[in-house]
Amino acid sequence: MNTTTAPSPAAAPATGRWRQLVADWSSDQQAFQVSWGKAMMWIFLLSDTFIFSCFLTGYMTVRMANTVPWPNPSLVFSLNIGGVEVPLLLIAIMTFVLISSSGTMAMAVNFAYRRERVRAAILMFVTAGFGVCFVSMQVFEWSKLILQEGVRPWGNPMGAAQFGSTFFMITGFHGLHVTAGVIYLVTVAVRLLRGRYDAVGKTGGNYQIVEIAGLYWHFVDLVWVFIFALFYLW
Amino acid sequence: MTSATGQQHPISLYLKIWGLLFVLSTLSYLVDYFNFHSYLRWTLILALMLMKAGLIVAFFMHMAWERLALVFAILIPPLCLLVLVGLMATEADYTFLTRLSFFR
Repeated sequence: MNTTTAPSPAAAPATGRWRQLVADWSSDQQAFQVSWGKAMMWIFLLSDTFIFSCFLTGYMTVRMANTVPWPNPSLVFSLNIGGVEVPLLLIAIMTFVLISSSGTMAMAVNFAYRRERVRAAILMFVTAGFGVCFVSMQVFEWSKLILQEGVRPWGNPMGAAQFGSTFFMITGFHGLHVTAGVIYLVTVAVRLLRGRYDAVGKTGGNYQIVEIAGLYWHFVDLVWVFIFALFYLW
Repeated sequence: MTSATGQQHPISLYLKIWGLLFVLSTLSYLVDYFNFHSYLRWTLILALMLMKAGLIVAFFMHMAWERLALVFAILIPPLCLLVLVGLMATEADYTFLTRLSFFR
Protein backbone atom coordinates (compact mmCIF):
# COMPACT_ATOMS: atom_id res chain seq x y z
CA MET A 1 0.00 0.00 0.00
CA ASN A 2 1.59 3.23 -1.15
CA THR A 3 0.76 5.96 1.34
CA THR A 4 3.77 8.24 0.91
CA THR A 5 3.12 11.95 0.50
CA ALA A 6 6.06 12.49 -1.87
CA PRO A 7 5.13 13.18 -5.52
CA SER A 8 4.74 9.99 -7.49
CA PRO A 9 7.33 9.20 -10.19
CA ALA A 10 4.74 9.81 -12.90
CA ALA A 11 4.59 13.49 -11.97
CA ALA A 12 8.33 14.05 -12.09
CA PRO A 13 9.09 14.41 -15.84
CA ALA A 14 6.35 16.98 -16.45
CA THR A 15 7.72 20.44 -17.17
CA GLY A 16 5.86 23.72 -16.90
CA ARG A 17 3.50 24.55 -14.06
CA TRP A 18 0.23 23.75 -15.88
CA ARG A 19 1.50 20.35 -17.04
CA GLN A 20 2.68 19.72 -13.51
CA LEU A 21 -0.78 20.53 -12.16
CA VAL A 22 -2.46 18.15 -14.60
CA ALA A 23 0.11 15.43 -13.88
CA ASP A 24 -0.34 15.78 -10.12
CA TRP A 25 -4.11 15.55 -10.24
CA SER A 26 -4.21 12.69 -12.73
CA SER A 27 -1.49 10.52 -11.24
CA ASP A 28 -3.51 7.90 -9.43
CA GLN A 29 -2.78 8.86 -5.87
CA GLN A 30 -5.01 7.38 -3.21
CA ALA A 31 -5.92 9.10 0.03
CA PHE A 32 -8.81 6.90 1.20
CA GLN A 33 -8.18 3.18 1.57
CA VAL A 34 -11.79 2.24 0.83
CA SER A 35 -13.62 1.36 -2.36
CA TRP A 36 -14.65 4.30 -4.55
CA GLY A 37 -18.32 3.52 -3.97
CA LYS A 38 -17.98 3.88 -0.22
CA ALA A 39 -15.84 7.03 -0.47
CA MET A 40 -18.35 8.65 -2.83
CA MET A 41 -21.29 7.74 -0.60
CA TRP A 42 -19.52 9.39 2.35
CA ILE A 43 -18.85 12.52 0.29
CA PHE A 44 -22.50 12.62 -0.83
CA LEU A 45 -23.60 12.28 2.80
CA LEU A 46 -21.26 15.13 3.76
CA SER A 47 -22.90 17.39 1.16
CA ASP A 48 -26.34 16.29 2.37
CA THR A 49 -25.28 17.21 5.92
CA PHE A 50 -24.71 20.75 4.70
CA ILE A 51 -28.14 20.90 3.01
CA PHE A 52 -30.02 19.76 6.13
CA SER A 53 -27.89 22.02 8.32
CA CYS A 54 -28.78 25.01 6.16
CA PHE A 55 -32.50 24.20 6.59
CA LEU A 56 -32.12 23.82 10.35
CA THR A 57 -30.06 27.02 10.63
CA GLY A 58 -32.71 28.88 8.62
CA TYR A 59 -35.36 27.53 10.99
CA MET A 60 -33.29 28.70 13.98
CA THR A 61 -32.97 32.17 12.44
CA VAL A 62 -36.68 32.74 11.75
CA ARG A 63 -37.64 31.32 15.15
CA MET A 64 -35.16 33.51 17.04
CA ALA A 65 -36.06 36.65 15.10
CA ASN A 66 -39.81 36.25 15.61
CA THR A 67 -41.75 38.65 17.80
CA VAL A 68 -44.86 36.42 17.58
CA PRO A 69 -44.75 33.41 19.95
CA TRP A 70 -43.73 30.12 18.28
CA PRO A 71 -46.44 27.41 18.43
CA ASN A 72 -45.65 24.86 21.16
CA PRO A 73 -44.71 21.66 19.24
CA SER A 74 -45.52 19.58 22.32
CA LEU A 75 -49.18 20.64 22.04
CA VAL A 76 -49.40 20.87 18.24
CA PHE A 77 -48.22 17.27 17.80
CA SER A 78 -50.15 15.72 20.69
CA LEU A 79 -52.52 12.83 20.10
CA ASN A 80 -55.83 12.28 21.84
CA ILE A 81 -55.79 8.73 23.23
CA GLY A 82 -58.98 7.80 25.10
CA GLY A 83 -59.75 11.39 26.04
CA VAL A 84 -56.21 12.12 27.28
CA GLU A 85 -53.86 14.40 25.32
CA VAL A 86 -50.49 12.61 25.06
CA PRO A 87 -47.78 15.04 23.86
CA LEU A 88 -45.64 14.08 20.84
CA LEU A 89 -46.86 10.46 20.91
CA LEU A 90 -46.84 9.93 17.14
CA ILE A 91 -43.41 11.55 16.81
CA ALA A 92 -42.02 9.28 19.55
CA ILE A 93 -43.37 6.19 17.75
CA MET A 94 -41.87 7.44 14.46
CA THR A 95 -38.51 7.85 16.22
CA PHE A 96 -38.60 4.29 17.54
CA VAL A 97 -39.62 2.92 14.13
CA LEU A 98 -36.69 4.65 12.44
CA ILE A 99 -34.20 3.50 15.10
CA SER A 100 -35.47 -0.06 14.70
CA SER A 101 -35.00 0.18 10.95
CA SER A 102 -31.40 1.26 11.57
CA GLY A 103 -30.91 -1.77 13.80
CA THR A 104 -32.20 -4.22 11.17
CA MET A 105 -30.07 -2.47 8.51
CA ALA A 106 -26.92 -2.85 10.61
CA MET A 107 -27.66 -6.57 10.91
CA ALA A 108 -28.29 -6.83 7.17
CA VAL A 109 -24.82 -5.38 6.54
CA ASN A 110 -23.39 -7.91 8.96
CA PHE A 111 -25.03 -10.86 7.19
CA ALA A 112 -23.95 -9.48 3.80
CA TYR A 113 -20.30 -9.61 4.89
CA ARG A 114 -20.82 -13.20 6.03
CA ARG A 115 -22.13 -13.81 2.48
CA GLU A 116 -25.52 -14.95 3.78
CA ARG A 117 -27.36 -13.14 1.04
CA VAL A 118 -30.89 -14.43 1.73
CA ARG A 119 -30.80 -13.32 5.36
CA ALA A 120 -29.26 -9.99 4.37
CA ALA A 121 -31.96 -9.41 1.75
CA ILE A 122 -34.77 -10.33 4.19
CA LEU A 123 -33.41 -7.87 6.77
CA MET A 124 -33.19 -5.19 4.07
CA PHE A 125 -36.86 -5.79 3.18
CA VAL A 126 -37.73 -5.48 6.89
CA THR A 127 -35.78 -2.20 6.99
CA ALA A 128 -37.65 -0.92 3.92
CA GLY A 129 -40.92 -1.97 5.61
CA PHE A 130 -40.08 0.15 8.65
CA GLY A 131 -39.32 2.98 6.23
CA VAL A 132 -42.74 2.67 4.57
CA CYS A 133 -44.30 2.61 8.04
CA PHE A 134 -42.45 5.83 8.93
CA VAL A 135 -43.55 7.64 5.76
CA SER A 136 -47.17 6.50 6.28
CA MET A 137 -47.18 7.96 9.78
CA GLN A 138 -45.73 11.16 8.35
CA VAL A 139 -48.56 11.32 5.81
CA PHE A 140 -51.04 10.94 8.68
CA GLU A 141 -49.25 13.69 10.64
CA TRP A 142 -49.22 16.07 7.67
CA SER A 143 -52.89 15.52 6.81
CA LYS A 144 -53.92 16.02 10.45
CA LEU A 145 -51.90 19.23 10.58
CA ILE A 146 -53.22 20.58 7.27
CA LEU A 147 -56.87 19.50 7.50
CA GLN A 148 -57.60 19.71 11.24
CA GLU A 149 -55.17 22.27 12.64
CA GLY A 150 -55.19 24.50 9.56
CA VAL A 151 -51.41 24.83 9.27
CA ARG A 152 -50.27 26.37 5.97
CA PRO A 153 -46.80 27.37 4.75
CA TRP A 154 -47.83 31.03 5.07
CA GLY A 155 -49.58 30.91 8.44
CA ASN A 156 -51.42 28.98 11.13
CA PRO A 157 -53.90 29.71 13.93
CA MET A 158 -51.39 28.89 16.73
CA GLY A 159 -48.73 31.57 16.37
CA ALA A 160 -45.71 32.47 14.24
CA ALA A 161 -46.43 32.17 10.50
CA GLN A 162 -43.01 30.65 9.76
CA PHE A 163 -43.87 27.50 11.71
CA GLY A 164 -45.63 25.97 8.71
CA SER A 165 -43.02 26.75 6.08
CA THR A 166 -40.08 25.46 8.14
CA PHE A 167 -42.03 22.38 9.24
CA PHE A 168 -43.11 21.37 5.73
CA MET A 169 -39.68 22.13 4.26
CA ILE A 170 -37.61 20.21 6.82
CA THR A 171 -39.83 17.17 7.43
CA GLY A 172 -40.82 17.07 3.74
CA PHE A 173 -37.20 16.91 2.62
CA HIS A 174 -36.48 14.25 5.23
CA GLY A 175 -39.53 12.22 4.16
CA LEU A 176 -38.29 12.43 0.57
CA HIS A 177 -34.98 10.98 1.74
CA VAL A 178 -36.77 8.10 3.50
CA THR A 179 -38.83 7.38 0.37
CA ALA A 180 -35.72 7.40 -1.83
CA GLY A 181 -34.00 5.15 0.72
CA VAL A 182 -36.84 2.60 0.60
CA ILE A 183 -36.58 2.42 -3.21
CA TYR A 184 -32.77 2.15 -2.99
CA LEU A 185 -32.90 -0.65 -0.38
CA VAL A 186 -35.52 -2.68 -2.27
CA THR A 187 -33.50 -2.34 -5.50
CA VAL A 188 -30.29 -3.54 -3.85
CA ALA A 189 -32.06 -6.37 -1.99
CA VAL A 190 -33.71 -7.69 -5.17
CA ARG A 191 -30.40 -7.58 -7.03
CA LEU A 192 -28.72 -9.34 -4.12
CA LEU A 193 -31.28 -12.16 -4.25
CA ARG A 194 -30.91 -12.49 -8.02
CA GLY A 195 -27.17 -13.00 -7.58
CA ARG A 196 -26.17 -9.89 -9.49
CA TYR A 197 -23.36 -9.13 -7.00
CA ASP A 198 -21.90 -12.62 -7.27
CA ALA A 199 -20.57 -11.91 -10.77
CA VAL A 200 -16.93 -10.88 -10.46
CA GLY A 201 -17.30 -8.31 -13.23
CA LYS A 202 -19.91 -6.21 -11.40
CA THR A 203 -18.57 -5.49 -7.92
CA GLY A 204 -15.62 -7.83 -7.67
CA GLY A 205 -17.82 -10.56 -6.25
CA ASN A 206 -18.50 -8.94 -2.87
CA TYR A 207 -21.57 -7.57 -1.14
CA GLN A 208 -20.11 -4.23 -0.08
CA ILE A 209 -22.99 -2.47 -1.86
CA VAL A 210 -25.14 -3.50 1.11
CA GLU A 211 -22.87 -1.55 3.47
CA ILE A 212 -22.97 1.48 1.15
CA ALA A 213 -26.78 1.39 1.02
CA GLY A 214 -26.68 1.00 4.81
CA LEU A 215 -24.60 4.17 5.17
CA TYR A 216 -27.34 6.11 3.38
CA TRP A 217 -30.06 4.58 5.55
CA HIS A 218 -28.25 5.30 8.82
CA PHE A 219 -27.75 8.87 7.65
CA VAL A 220 -31.51 9.28 7.23
CA ASP A 221 -31.91 8.08 10.82
CA LEU A 222 -29.13 10.46 11.92
CA VAL A 223 -30.88 13.47 10.36
CA TRP A 224 -34.10 12.50 12.15
CA VAL A 225 -32.23 12.58 15.50
CA PHE A 226 -31.41 16.23 14.84
CA ILE A 227 -34.91 17.12 13.55
CA PHE A 228 -36.53 15.41 16.55
CA ALA A 229 -34.33 17.31 19.02
CA LEU A 230 -34.25 20.72 17.37
CA PHE A 231 -37.74 20.98 15.84
CA TYR A 232 -40.05 18.84 17.96
CA LEU A 233 -38.46 19.03 21.41
CA TRP A 234 -36.98 22.55 21.47
CA MET B 1 -10.23 -4.02 10.57
CA THR B 2 -10.17 -2.61 7.05
CA SER B 3 -12.86 -2.45 4.41
CA ALA B 4 -10.98 -4.86 2.20
CA THR B 5 -11.95 -7.72 4.51
CA GLY B 6 -15.30 -6.15 5.33
CA GLN B 7 -16.75 -4.76 8.52
CA GLN B 8 -17.45 -7.83 10.61
CA HIS B 9 -18.55 -7.31 14.17
CA PRO B 10 -20.63 -9.49 16.48
CA ILE B 11 -24.41 -9.10 16.18
CA SER B 12 -24.55 -8.61 19.96
CA LEU B 13 -22.72 -5.28 19.56
CA TYR B 14 -25.44 -3.99 17.21
CA LEU B 15 -28.17 -5.18 19.57
CA LYS B 16 -26.51 -3.31 22.47
CA ILE B 17 -26.29 -0.09 20.44
CA TRP B 18 -29.90 -0.56 19.35
CA GLY B 19 -31.00 -0.92 22.98
CA LEU B 20 -28.95 2.09 24.02
CA LEU B 21 -30.55 4.21 21.26
CA PHE B 22 -34.00 3.16 22.51
CA VAL B 23 -33.10 4.19 26.06
CA LEU B 24 -31.71 7.57 24.94
CA SER B 25 -34.77 8.25 22.75
CA THR B 26 -37.07 7.42 25.66
CA LEU B 27 -35.11 9.82 27.87
CA SER B 28 -35.37 12.64 25.32
CA TYR B 29 -39.11 11.99 25.00
CA LEU B 30 -39.42 12.15 28.80
CA VAL B 31 -37.74 15.58 28.74
CA ASP B 32 -40.83 16.78 26.90
CA TYR B 33 -43.28 14.62 28.84
CA PHE B 34 -42.15 15.99 32.22
CA ASN B 35 -42.10 19.54 30.84
CA PHE B 36 -38.57 20.54 31.79
CA HIS B 37 -37.94 24.18 30.98
CA SER B 38 -35.27 26.63 29.92
CA TYR B 39 -31.58 25.74 30.23
CA LEU B 40 -32.16 22.32 31.83
CA ARG B 41 -34.37 21.36 28.87
CA TRP B 42 -31.96 22.66 26.19
CA THR B 43 -28.92 21.05 27.81
CA LEU B 44 -30.66 17.67 28.10
CA ILE B 45 -32.00 17.81 24.52
CA LEU B 46 -28.59 18.68 23.04
CA ALA B 47 -26.69 16.15 25.18
CA LEU B 48 -29.07 13.29 24.28
CA MET B 49 -29.06 14.31 20.60
CA LEU B 50 -25.26 14.31 20.42
CA MET B 51 -25.02 10.96 22.22
CA LYS B 52 -27.49 9.34 19.80
CA ALA B 53 -25.77 10.87 16.77
CA GLY B 54 -22.39 9.69 18.05
CA LEU B 55 -23.60 6.10 18.53
CA ILE B 56 -25.13 5.95 15.04
CA VAL B 57 -22.05 7.37 13.30
CA ALA B 58 -19.48 5.43 15.32
CA PHE B 59 -21.07 1.97 15.35
CA PHE B 60 -23.87 1.71 12.76
CA MET B 61 -21.90 3.65 10.16
CA HIS B 62 -18.64 1.97 11.25
CA MET B 63 -16.75 5.25 11.69
CA ALA B 64 -15.02 3.85 14.80
CA TRP B 65 -13.16 1.33 12.64
CA GLU B 66 -12.32 3.53 9.65
CA ARG B 67 -8.88 5.03 9.02
CA LEU B 68 -8.33 8.55 10.35
CA ALA B 69 -7.92 9.98 6.81
CA LEU B 70 -11.57 9.22 6.07
CA VAL B 71 -12.80 10.09 9.58
CA PHE B 72 -11.24 13.58 9.46
CA ALA B 73 -12.34 14.21 5.86
CA ILE B 74 -15.98 13.57 6.86
CA LEU B 75 -16.20 14.87 10.43
CA ILE B 76 -14.12 18.08 10.32
CA PRO B 77 -15.86 20.00 7.45
CA PRO B 78 -19.26 20.09 9.26
CA LEU B 79 -17.56 22.11 12.02
CA CYS B 80 -17.72 25.08 9.58
CA LEU B 81 -21.47 24.94 10.20
CA LEU B 82 -20.88 26.13 13.76
CA VAL B 83 -19.60 29.40 12.26
CA LEU B 84 -22.78 29.67 10.16
CA VAL B 85 -24.94 29.00 13.23
CA GLY B 86 -23.03 31.63 15.21
CA LEU B 87 -23.38 34.23 12.46
CA MET B 88 -27.07 33.56 11.93
CA ALA B 89 -27.79 33.65 15.68
CA THR B 90 -26.20 37.10 15.87
CA GLU B 91 -28.16 38.22 12.81
CA ALA B 92 -31.43 36.85 14.22
CA ASP B 93 -30.87 38.69 17.51
CA TYR B 94 -30.31 41.90 15.58
CA THR B 95 -33.48 41.37 13.51
CA PHE B 96 -35.45 40.61 16.66
CA LEU B 97 -34.30 43.80 18.41
CA THR B 98 -34.97 45.87 15.27
CA ARG B 99 -38.49 44.45 15.06
CA LEU B 100 -39.06 45.25 18.73
CA SER B 101 -38.06 48.87 18.24
CA PHE B 102 -39.82 49.58 14.93
CA PHE B 103 -42.61 47.10 14.26
CA ARG B 104 -44.58 46.84 17.46
